[in-house]
Amino acid sequence: MKSKTWVPYAFLALPLTMYAIWVIFPIFQTFVLSFTNWDGVSPKFDLIGFENYKRLFSDPYFKLSLNNNVKWLLAFVFGNIPLGLGIALLLDQKFKGDRIYKTLVFLPMTLSFVVIGQIWSWMLEPRYGAINSFFRAIGLSTFAKPWLSDPKIVTYALIAAASWRQIAYAMVLFLAGLKNVPRELVEAAYVDGANKWERFWYVILPMLRPATIIAVTVNVIDSLRAFDIVYVLTRGGPFYSSSVLANYMYIQSFHNYNMGYGASIAVIQFLITFGFILVYLLTALRREESTV
Amino acid sequence: MRHRKFSLIFTYMLATLIVIIWMFPFVVSLFTAVKPLDELMSQKGLWLPPKSVHLENFKRAWTEANMKRYFLNTLIITAPSVLGALFISSLAAFALAWYEFKLNKLILFIFVGGMLIPFQMLLIPVYRFSVNVGIYDTYLGIILFHISFQLGFCTFFLRNFMKTIPRSIFEAALIDGAGHFTIYRKIVMPLVVPALSALGILEFTWIWNDYLWSLVLIQSDMKKPVTLGLTTLQGQWVSDWSIIAAAALIAAVVPITVFLIFQRYFIEGLTVGAVKG
Repeated sequence: MKSKTWVPYAFLALPLTMYAIWVIFPIFQTFVLSFTNWDGVSPKFDLIGFENYKRLFSDPYFKLSLNNNVKWLLAFVFGNIPLGLGIALLLDQKFKGDRIYKTLVFLPMTLSFVVIGQIWSWMLEPRYGAINSFFRAIGLSTFAKPWLSDPKIVTYALIAAASWRQIAYAMVLFLAGLKNVPRELVEAAYVDGANKWERFWYVILPMLRPATIIAVTVNVIDSLRAFDIVYVLTRGGPFYSSSVLANYMYIQSFHNYNMGYGASIAVIQFLITFGFILVYLLTALRREESTV
Repeated sequence: MRHRKFSLIFTYMLATLIVIIWMFPFVVSLFTAVKPLDELMSQKGLWLPPKSVHLENFKRAWTEANMKRYFLNTLIITAPSVLGALFISSLAAFALAWYEFKLNKLILFIFVGGMLIPFQMLLIPVYRFSVNVGIYDTYLGIILFHISFQLGFCTFFLRNFMKTIPRSIFEAALIDGAGHFTIYRKIVMPLVVPALSALGILEFTWIWNDYLWSLVLIQSDMKKPVTLGLTTLQGQWVSDWSIIAAAALIAAVVPITVFLIFQRYFIEGLTVGAVKG
């Protein structure tokens, strides 16, 4: 097909143009903006070199947000992925009604974070909220906490709300991975006398490697771009205690009109995510090569 | 045998416990939505079942709280965005799947890379661009953005699917003298219908559920989609929890229904192109 080289470009013209305008150029513009003091309103702005970045490193709220993102990341990777895997293993067994169970666990995955946030506000509300009133009803009132207004626990409460959806996502990825584990292999191990744990550790888990890599990457990226739940439930408060980078970037840019400064936060977020994106791309493309 | 039976019972118990925990937040919202206000405030907790069911809350959310308008706006935004993204990405996918040319891999890489970028990288320039071109706070502005933003994932997804179609079909058509656009329209597109449906369902849910971009690109109340409308309600109806709960359930009903009907497509799409959330 090398004769008419313009043909593929004719097909690509419209999609590439749109992608360039709304995705590719903006990425470069944000880089440039991060070296300016633009306020988002006035037509003029100055190049100020690395000032924004220097400011970031002495900004306590930036550190707080970054720190919270690390909490999100650790909880997503070391909490949600094992839990998702556990639920997937449990529901992957053949039993009557297994599909209904899977469907129900998966349901939060279809919801907007705004709806999830709203639903969880009824759970976390301090006086009448389901969690606290439930604890009080069973005589464990010491566990009833002001979930969204105590700076020490608010981030964990938000992570719990997000995990409701994220665990379901991990479960789906692992369920798909489990489909690719040949039953004969597991049975052969059983015949050879491997117990349940050994079959899982030495046979099933290695076969789940691709699913695990994807699940980790997806969760890392999602934990770094968490925004909606935080914005809807607390706006990052009280006093920035539940702020994350995405949220802080939005507030700096669109509430405080520090667009140059906001851009530099976005760039930091980009740089952190970049490593993980590379891992994902390499995995995806390698899988790609093997199927072509 | 006895051991097997025991383990089956254990599986059921554990699975049921998990599902009960998972459904608990839904049930609480449903209870909240059907209770009258005085019952909400006099009761000991939101998790308790309602004494009587008040469906008017849904009606009030729909009309008084403007959910009707928000719902319509979401439809106006979502339908063209999904169709546009599918159509335009299919053009790119066709080029990348069938033709060998120098920039093929690079362009694919750009599409895939772009879809993984944290969207904060786009926020300010896209907002500024919309204001400058005069499409800020218009349906068109947000639709064009959604289409473009989804191109990366859709192109990647469709291209991979097209790659599974035997190449001989394409080559035979070329030898028969079919034009390139005819091959795209008459041969390849009918073959990718299953992929288009899976992708369409996913995209529909994502765009339906979008919040951030509406927050940045839409301002007037008359154009707000349900997600943005819902957060507006939180401010206006602060003390009327039932109305907000009813509104949240209204916002959730469409994606849940779509998922239940097209479950298989949805999960296939999600696991094939597992990167997005």
